[in-house]
Amino acid sequence: MPLFLQNLPDLLIFGTLAVLAVASALGMLFSRHAVYAALFLVLNFISIAILFLVLGAPFVALAQITVYAGAIMVLFLFVIMLLGSESLPGKSKLRFHRSVAVLFGLALLVEVGVLVITIWGDFPKTTGLSTVYADPTSLGLALFNQYTLPFEITSLILLVGIIGAISLILREHQTGQTSIPINEATGEKKE
Amino acid sequence: MIPITYYLILAGILFTIGALGVIARRNAIVVFMSLELMFNAANLVFIAFAAYHKVLFGQIFVFFIMAVAAAEVAVGLAIIVMIFRTKKSINVDEMDALKG
Repeated sequence: MPLFLQNLPDLLIFGTLAVLAVASALGMLFSRHAVYAALFLVLNFISIAILFLVLGAPFVALAQITVYAGAIMVLFLFVIMLLGSESLPGKSKLRFHRSVAVLFGLALLVEVGVLVITIWGDFPKTTGLSTVYADPTSLGLALFNQYTLPFEITSLILLVGIIGAISLILREHQTGQTSIPINEATGEKKE
Repeated sequence: MIPITYYLILAGILFTIGALGVIARRNAIVVFMSLELMFNAANLVFIAFAAYHKVLFGQIFVFFIMAVAAAEVAVGLAIIVMIFRTKKSINVDEMDALKG
């Protein structure tokens, strides 16, 4: 019992963030409108980022907010607004689709639970959360000294992503009249 | 101090919710968002183990996962926009032909 009271602040923080993360994930799963799903996912990302902060990774937490919630979700919202088909009516083609999905989800959850519980005792009884934060200096030193090759390969992946996305969109402009015709001399729109 | 299994169970629940979203949702963009949720569950496991073993590699691997996920989202959304331009729909039930 005193151990429980000793852990109470950590348990409260973790409990709040965990409930928030699961609730926003369920909100994303069940919302009919795609924009609401995106906003629920942003809330989920922020709660996971605070969990990263609690676990002693402040740089990764802020990188998560900047990259995931700040760039990727904004990209999602742009595409949702661009396509304009936020909510799809009707039901799925398969009659048993939803029940099979729930069955598989339960199976996955039970499997994860069994895996975690059977090795419950094998995890090392450490003092718990690390009190030494991973500051950008040590992360940068490790990233550029030990993990230089994955770093360079990641830059190559990002380059390929940029080229791929732009080349996919550019081909459309050559085939169809998707751009506004402009008079070359004056720069005004042609009628 | 919280045992690490709490974080693992939370990550497992988030992964399951993401997997359910990939299976059961018909809007292709929401399928992508559920995929991102699965990535985040894996990130949580990496950071949890990095904290409990006092090893920095978990956080560095999360960096790489974030970078690769960003590139994948960019290309995947470009593909979805292309499909929308031809099929005028992002319902995954209607994407049943290989011919674009």
